[in-house]
Amino acid sequence: MHCASCMAKVERGLEQLPAVAKARVNLSVRQVRVAHHPALTAPELVAALEAIGFVSQPRLEDAGPAASAVRPLLAPLAVAGFASMNVMLMSVSIWSGADGGTRDLFHWISALIGVPATAYAGRPFFASAWRALRRLHTNMDVPISIGILLATALSLYETMTHGRTAWFDGTLMLLLFLLAGRALDAMMRDRARAGVDALLRQAAPGALVLTPEGELAWTEARDLEPGMLMRVAAGERLAADGEIVAGRTSLDQSLLTGESAPVPASVGEAVHAGTLNLDAPIDVRVSATGEDTSLAEIARLMEAAGQSRSSYVRIADRAAGLYAPAVHTLALASFAGWMIAGAGLYQSTVIAIAVLIITCPCAIGLAVPVAQVVACGALMRQGVMVKDGSALERLARVDRALIDKTGSLTMGRPAPDAIALVALSQRDAGIALALASHSRHPLSRALADALAGHSPAPLTDVTETPGYGVRGVWNGRPAALRRPDSAGTIAVALDIAGEPVRLIAFSDLLRPDCRTAIDELARLGVPSSILSGDNARSVAEVARAIGLTGQASASPRDKTEAIVRLQNGGHSVLMVGDGLNDGPALAAADASIAPGTASDAGRQAADIVFLGDSLSALPRSLRTARRTMRVVRENFALAVGYNVLAVPLAIFGYVTPLIAAVAMATSSILVITNSLRLVRAAR
Amino acid sequence: MTSLAALIPIALFLGLCGLAAFFWALREGQFDDLEGAASRILIDEEGEELP
Repeated sequence: MHCASCMAKVERGLEQLPAVAKARVNLSVRQVRVAHHPALTAPELVAALEAIGFVSQPRLEDAGPAASAVRPLLAPLAVAGFASMNVMLMSVSIWSGADGGTRDLFHWISALIGVPATAYAGRPFFASAWRALRRLHTNMDVPISIGILLATALSLYETMTHGRTAWFDGTLMLLLFLLAGRALDAMMRDRARAGVDALLRQAAPGALVLTPEGELAWTEARDLEPGMLMRVAAGERLAADGEIVAGRTSLDQSLLTGESAPVPASVGEAVHAGTLNLDAPIDVRVSATGEDTSLAEIARLMEAAGQSRSSYVRIADRAAGLYAPAVHTLALASFAGWMIAGAGLYQSTVIAIAVLIITCPCAIGLAVPVAQVVACGALMRQGVMVKDGSALERLARVDRALIDKTGSLTMGRPAPDAIALVALSQRDAGIALALASHSRHPLSRALADALAGHSPAPLTDVTETPGYGVRGVWNGRPAALRRPDSAGTIAVALDIAGEPVRLIAFSDLLRPDCRTAIDELARLGVPSSILSGDNARSVAEVARAIGLTGQASASPRDKTEAIVRLQNGGHSVLMVGDGLNDGPALAAADASIAPGTASDAGRQAADIVFLGDSLSALPRSLRTARRTMRVVRENFALAVGYNVLAVPLAIFGYVTPLIAAVAMATSSILVITNSLRLVRAAR
Repeated sequence: MTSLAALIPIALFLGLCGLAAFFWALREGQFDDLEGAASRILIDEEGEELP
């Protein structure tokens, strides 16, 4: 869904359903909100959307995005903008020579606008500074708050004593720029998170439950309870752990174990939430739900691994840690210096405040967020979503890459071998396509996709036997697409009566651009290797194809340990993975990337999620991250350079409000302009 | 001076009106889906939603 016509199609299509009252698309987060009759269930809506041509997933309400950090900043931003413009108008008149009663009047009006506006717009900073002070820390907000409060108080005093200058304009301008930086920062995190969030919660939002009365009812995952009997159709994911009580099928456990080959399962065997039922419908007696599933167990392991990464200090915070004490000392020193020089309490305070204001970390505050917003926007247009701004900082330092096999290097879904397809005659391909299109089995769907160019043969009497295959009648001859009698690998057999059986083998294809992406990573100084939970044979096959070394049969714990070993060796590790079994490793690595097709847990743990199939997103993200860090460093240099020029002027008392305002604005605009160079960084 | 006495309140009042309008728009959720709003203008209404 990415344009106006998609929006119209989705909204109109859904509103044509009798049970739907209203459908409203939100394009920014790619979601549609539907007001519907309670009788209409989520799977029916998904099916309706699929009929219009859109793949969708229902979203659980409790998985909703964290409250946006931008919205609470918008109102203060608007107030600061309004107030600073009006006060600046007054100030210009004063600078251009108004004095006496007029100047007093203008000062009073400035105070009338400035004081309440400062109180309102400054709240985000005061609150954060207070939180830091209470825990005996300082952050960038402490000098800002002190500067603003002192300047406002002194301006009020000046106004009341008919003084010559007031600084309401300066403080409001400061607030305006700082709030703008903050809002940009929040916007970037939100935007990316919203995109990722829309992808989350794909696996098994619920299940069909067989009630004691023998009815089937759709139940959301959180309402499932142990003891319930759920019916899982072929092609559906399990929503809870349990034991098979009826049916016989094979399961795709790649989400949990990374093993791509289907595992047969029959009555009495334990099955886990997140596995995909491949062949036939099964009835599962639920034994554990929600927090108790083995899925949740891995999530906890992941959380523990994530703790280590949260200790990472962002560049902006590190800068603030150095900057705040320096500014305080400088202001205090100039106050003391002027006192010793005999300037008097009043003038010394004025100069100290001028120093605090002119060293305003406006430009420093903007240095990181603007660059990151622009870079993330550029990546987003290329289908790469960055969840957290600090991810770019961490990614830029990476010097080793570990890549999962199933779903990351490969597509994670079986596709028919090209050679087997070419060997099929036009007629056979038509029959195979017609048969495959009658089934929802993953292999049939993959085959139908691969044969999409052919024209399907006319068939009659088509029936599907779960776990066996599809059969039909073609030109009076029975034809079947069925499970092969014996095969070491995944395959289907095309069986046309009176002709030899044709075997179509399936394999997990490598992602496009796989080789070039890995080579480019190596050229950028990041050698890769494979870290997979799959068996040694299939890992070796892929490793040979791409020319990488690999570790096979790694459990989630093994993967985390491999990463920690590298980190202890002084490396910065990038983890690329998709499965639930990669979750803890994704969380433990310095930076992590997951494909959009990854499991919930994978996407949740990863810093960066790329859409589309191509692996070229890896070098692209790395290059962009490095360019972003270069621009951030330039921004810091610009901002600090400005302070080096401006601070001596302030210390020696030469700064008029006009110069301070112009200098402040110029340094911020320089930083913003420099960051805009990143617009095309992700190409 | 007398013109100032009239103009300053007028300027402030108009500014406040703008600010109030922004707050209203913010509360109405007009900033929730900026991308969608930009695209929505391209949708041809077929008159079904008009009163």
